[in-house]
Amino acid sequence: MLRIEQVGKQFQNGFIALEEINLEVAQGEIVSLVGTSGCGKSTLLRIIAGLSLASVGAVYVDDELVTQPHSNVDLIFQEPRLMPWLTVRENVQFGLANVSPLEKNRRTQFILERVGLAQFAEALPRQLSGGMAQRVAIARALVTQPSILLLDEPFSALDAFIRMKLQDHLLDIWADDRPTLLLVTHDIEEALVLSDRVIVLRGTPGRIYQEFAIDLPRPRKRTDAHFQQWKERILNSLDLSLEQRLAVEA
Amino acid sequence: MLKSLPVNSVWVRQRDHLLQVRWLRGFFLPVVLLVGWECLSRLGIFPPNLLPAPSAVLATIGQLAASGELFAHIAVTLYRVAVGFLLGGAIATVLGALTGYSRLFSDLLDPLLQSLRNIPSLAWVPLFILWMGIGETSKVALIAVGVFFPVYLNLMSGVQNVDRKLVEVGKAYRLSDLQLIRRIFLPATLPAYIVGLRSGLGLGWMFVVAAEIMGSSQGLGFLLVDGQTTGRPTVILVSILLFAVFGKLTDSALATVGQRLLFWQDSYSSQTH
Repeated sequence: MLRIEQVGKQFQNGFIALEEINLEVAQGEIVSLVGTSGCGKSTLLRIIAGLSLASVGAVYVDDELVTQPHSNVDLIFQEPRLMPWLTVRENVQFGLANVSPLEKNRRTQFILERVGLAQFAEALPRQLSGGMAQRVAIARALVTQPSILLLDEPFSALDAFIRMKLQDHLLDIWADDRPTLLLVTHDIEEALVLSDRVIVLRGTPGRIYQEFAIDLPRPRKRTDAHFQQWKERILNSLDLSLEQRLAVEA
Repeated sequence: MLKSLPVNSVWVRQRDHLLQVRWLRGFFLPVVLLVGWECLSRLGIFPPNLLPAPSAVLATIGQLAASGELFAHIAVTLYRVAVGFLLGGAIATVLGALTGYSRLFSDLLDPLLQSLRNIPSLAWVPLFILWMGIGETSKVALIAVGVFFPVYLNLMSGVQNVDRKLVEVGKAYRLSDLQLIRRIFLPATLPAYIVGLRSGLGLGWMFVVAAEIMGSSQGLGFLLVDGQTTGRPTVILVSILLFAVFGKLTDSALATVGQRLLFWQDSYSSQTH
């Protein structure tokens, strides 16, 4: 379980990025944080990951106060961030500690098959496409069997078609262990396809503006009329001007 | 060590074939020049007391080799370069890594080292002779100074330029400082380090000449001085030729090791090799 209490962040240069963030995410829940750029959503994710400290307030993972990266939390970045000198297999095993060699190999093999990269286990990152590299990053995160997985705009660097495929793929793999997913995105469709809850952040400093429980049945169809209605509601909540809307929808 | 995707064998054969051709290409120009030089010498256009023919140089190599003198000269010079390279390289590795990794060390050390770097190499010679005498120590020290700076500079900037995003991955996986260094900084710094070692070795070869000219009774640099004072241009040419050959051989060896270690690099040349 993830609990965020009264979190605020002020940077050293005086800029206040976040204010009074309160949020609880239940085990196995999928939650998206959406907002326009500059609303502090990535900052919040970094605080939860323990890579950055909150100026006020506290973050608890399984009732433990987060002051540094937590062993039950894993993170997927916008870029794959693979070590270019390691093979796909070695990259997947990068964060696997305290596991017997046998178990290590078993888990690696399993997750590589799960992301469809088993035959690329000995390939180097430079030999992979962008979508494949991001799948390796997903495998690297999931192989540690985290109870919470944080995703920072994980598919935003990929083209639309691959992005859709990976969103479905992520849900499919998620169903294996059902970790908590907390996703930062500016892609409303992505948030709607994946999430149980969508949280809209707004303003500078960023605050939680509105929360939506998405009751659409799964698997969700992007072309469904209800899906489009939800999209409209969230866009309205973000209160974007027309140009900004075009940018978000693109 | 080399890891790659399975590739079809036709492609592999083509690559081997190309490699061999490329390897031979480097010999084309030297052979043409040597043949031209030999012809011009035989026609009497090049005066033999100033520029002896390649065949005469070869004959001198034969004589020096037969007396065993040649190998002694080569061995002494190689030994000096090797010890100087190891010594200068080792100190540069420690200091370069420290100044690259720690802001404190960089602030303390780097300004001093950057100003020492601007001192011309030959300016050290009198001081080193005064301190360490004319023997081996001062020669090795001079070579070590030459090797030090390129290794230090490249390693330092290599460490400073390690991708922050990869370091963050390491931190997210709770790696200790030591693990971060071993698993991220070391491999990420290797390309710059190898560039530094190669230019350091190149400077080592330059400094060994300076060291051996300033006073020695053996070595390839001594052959230069000896050839000049005894009026034997063939001996000078033998020495120059051997410097070229051994400089190239040691650099190629280092480059090969480097390529092996950097098999993972996604560079322009890794695709065309």
